[in-house]
Amino acid sequence: MRPIRNFLQKIKPHFDKGGKLEKFYPAYNAFETFFFVPGETTHTGAHIRDAVDLKRTMILVVMSLTPCLLFGMWNAGYQHYKALGITDASLLDNFIFGLKKVLPIVVVSYASGLGTEFTFAIIRKHTINEGFLVSGMLIPLVMPIDIPLWMVAVSTIFAVVIGKEVFGGTGMNVLNPALTARAFLFFAYPTKMSGNEVWINTDMAPGQQLVDGFSGATPLGDAAAGYADKIPGIWESFIGAIPGSIGETSTLACLIGAVILIYTGIGSWRIMLSVFLGGLAMSAIFNSVGANTLMQISPLHHIVLGGFAFGAVFMATDPVTAAQTNTGKYIYGFLIGMFAIMIRVVNPAYPEGMMLAILFMNVMAPLIDHYVVRANIRRRLKRVKN
Amino acid sequence: MLSLFSTFSRMLAYIKIKKGLNIKLAGEADKILTNLPLPGTIALKPTDFTGVVPGLLVSPGDEVKAGTPLFCDKNNEAVKFCSPVSGEVAEIKRGEKRKILEIKILADKEINYIPFNKADPGNLSREEVIDALLGSGVWPLIRQRPFGIIANPADKPKAVFISAFDSNPLAPDNNFMMQDCAEDFQTGLNALIKLTEGKVHLNINARVRSSDVFTSAKGVQINKFSGPHPAGNIGVQVHHIDPVNKGEVVWYISPQDVLIAGRLFNHGKFDASKTVALTGPQVKTPKYYKTIIGASVKNMIDDAGLKDGESRIISGNVLSGKQISQDGFLSFYDSHITVIPEGHVPEFIGWLKPGLDKFSVSRTFFSWLAPDKIYHFNTNMHGEERPFVVTGEYEKVFPMDIYPVQLLKSILTEDIEMMESLGIYEVVEEDFALCEFICTSKIPSQQIIRKGLDTIRKELG
Repeated sequence: MRPIRNFLQKIKPHFDKGGKLEKFYPAYNAFETFFFVPGETTHTGAHIRDAVDLKRTMILVVMSLTPCLLFGMWNAGYQHYKALGITDASLLDNFIFGLKKVLPIVVVSYASGLGTEFTFAIIRKHTINEGFLVSGMLIPLVMPIDIPLWMVAVSTIFAVVIGKEVFGGTGMNVLNPALTARAFLFFAYPTKMSGNEVWINTDMAPGQQLVDGFSGATPLGDAAAGYADKIPGIWESFIGAIPGSIGETSTLACLIGAVILIYTGIGSWRIMLSVFLGGLAMSAIFNSVGANTLMQISPLHHIVLGGFAFGAVFMATDPVTAAQTNTGKYIYGFLIGMFAIMIRVVNPAYPEGMMLAILFMNVMAPLIDHYVVRANIRRRLKRVKN
Repeated sequence: MLSLFSTFSRMLAYIKIKKGLNIKLAGEADKILTNLPLPGTIALKPTDFTGVVPGLLVSPGDEVKAGTPLFCDKNNEAVKFCSPVSGEVAEIKRGEKRKILEIKILADKEINYIPFNKADPGNLSREEVIDALLGSGVWPLIRQRPFGIIANPADKPKAVFISAFDSNPLAPDNNFMMQDCAEDFQTGLNALIKLTEGKVHLNINARVRSSDVFTSAKGVQINKFSGPHPAGNIGVQVHHIDPVNKGEVVWYISPQDVLIAGRLFNHGKFDASKTVALTGPQVKTPKYYKTIIGASVKNMIDDAGLKDGESRIISGNVLSGKQISQDGFLSFYDSHITVIPEGHVPEFIGWLKPGLDKFSVSRTFFSWLAPDKIYHFNTNMHGEERPFVVTGEYEKVFPMDIYPVQLLKSILTEDIEMMESLGIYEVVEEDFALCEFICTSKIPSQQIIRKGLDTIRKELG
């Protein structure tokens, strides 16, 4: 600790006003505050402060994502060996295969995103905010395993620049940056983001071959194509040993993350709960109609498939892009759940509706808040009349 | 939420505050009252009074008595600020642009009072009561909402509020400080009753047995409040009993200041003595002291002793008090001094540690394992200021039907109409102190609220 402190103290003059590297102060500041919570004391208002800050909050969100990340790594290997008909792959084999595939994506996501953030901070002379710590982890988890690394980099840079920095940086963005990255790829390179060929890695060594009847589709893809018999059971889907984006498949892992987020007070239980309720309600309605395979899926089954749980726990709850009032959060969450299922079931072009539902409601969230706040204002005015 | 039932011909409201937070700070004052000799110097600080432009009425070397006006408010010259002691004006301390910071008085050993008329305020007219309060220096003790400024004698308040308990961290206990003073307290209340056509609300803590001084008070409505801080804040109490709308005014005064008003009428003198609690984790023997408005805190601090290390001395509580120097003076409205350690030391990857010794309302540090732990808070910010990111956290500690973040944002965008619609007239800085304390983004909410109130006051002219 001492040596780091001394080193930081030694190089600080270069970054201060008038120093050679003055322009790079935001970068210096980011590293200094990364290593040391500053010794800055209160000078206005309350003399004592709660120990929590944005760094702590963000690192806890990243921790709550680790069950999804670890499971996703395992599942990548599991799906790979299963596709090749290799039945004796151990837990470790599966995990190591996934680790090799996923780690580069995570590294590229963080490197390209943080690089962009640093560049912007230096140009715009603002401090580097912690928001990307979470986005950098979310982006890999919503990518298919076979995504080319350059696409990860391009979409991440797009998300940071267009999704966040043009609005003024952390706290000012309208759309969830991680979903912006995903949506960008989804529409720019649809062949790498949808269909039946991207969800399971099928790289083969000489002599290996795919098992008979392998399709590579996600359960929702199969359902959209009408193969009801190919949809895995509720339990299997809940555990998450099914094809899909890297981190989204396991509802169980998402729920572990949800428990951490809710217990620490970081994630909004109001949003999570209402997304699930909205999804259940909408799929119950469709279920009662039952006109196609997707409608026939039971409500409980719907919410353990695809990215529904992952979106509900980690994406919809992004405080910056969600509704901000408590009442608004219920409405916002419920509508996300409803729209996600509706897009899934009614629009055959998008078998996964969670991404579009959340992005759409990100845009609508300020409107919801507007009406909630209006109601408060009306209550106050009514008081005068009485 | 509001259930009304009557006892002894008085209506009694019982209000449960659910949102809020009791901060467990070390250094509560023992229930010991120490009498120290009168401090050698006392000072009035015009900066204690929001919106007052001081016009000096004395110069260094002048002899004053207790009750001699030292300065007036240039905006309203009837409002005078009088010396609490007799002695000699020692110094007018000025800051930048010759702003008056302190008017220091070298106090006599025995206080020599200007005699005022004794009277039963019940027999006086409203105007006579106001004149008596204005002429003796008692008036500035009465403040108003909105804005938290000194009451304007020309206004007709719709009600007067007295919070008989302070729920701030380590706050002094009025039930201990206000013993054997029922007569002066009742006289003070009688004067306040004259000031409004509405009710005088005396709000007591439902959770403890209140002193007879409060429970036997006559002519006022006694309301009970329960729940965590800020249940004792006047703003919260007004919000739940008789909220301030645009154009309306309520007045408020603290219980010890009611005594000062009572003593004026009973004994015919401006007797500004009060009891203060010296508290905080840096104090060796935290306890109560008998002293006077504007007293130098030095002899109290010397008596109680400070622990080693750099200390911050605060007149008032840790949430909304003002920092003063070691030989500084008690602020006009305060009956509380808190001393906490400074926290300059940077902490190596502090945001990554388990944090068993760190308090947080969130459960982001493992200190939630010990919910009853008492903390030695220091002045460290625990992070840097950031834009608003986390939502819903202020609402957990803000027990009013107001959207706190939206109100702050309307101030930041200087949208006056929106500030009014969102309820700025109901709040002052201290109502946002807990929001500021728990804020993940370290937003200076109290400063923002004052900025908003100043903007509106300028607009109203």
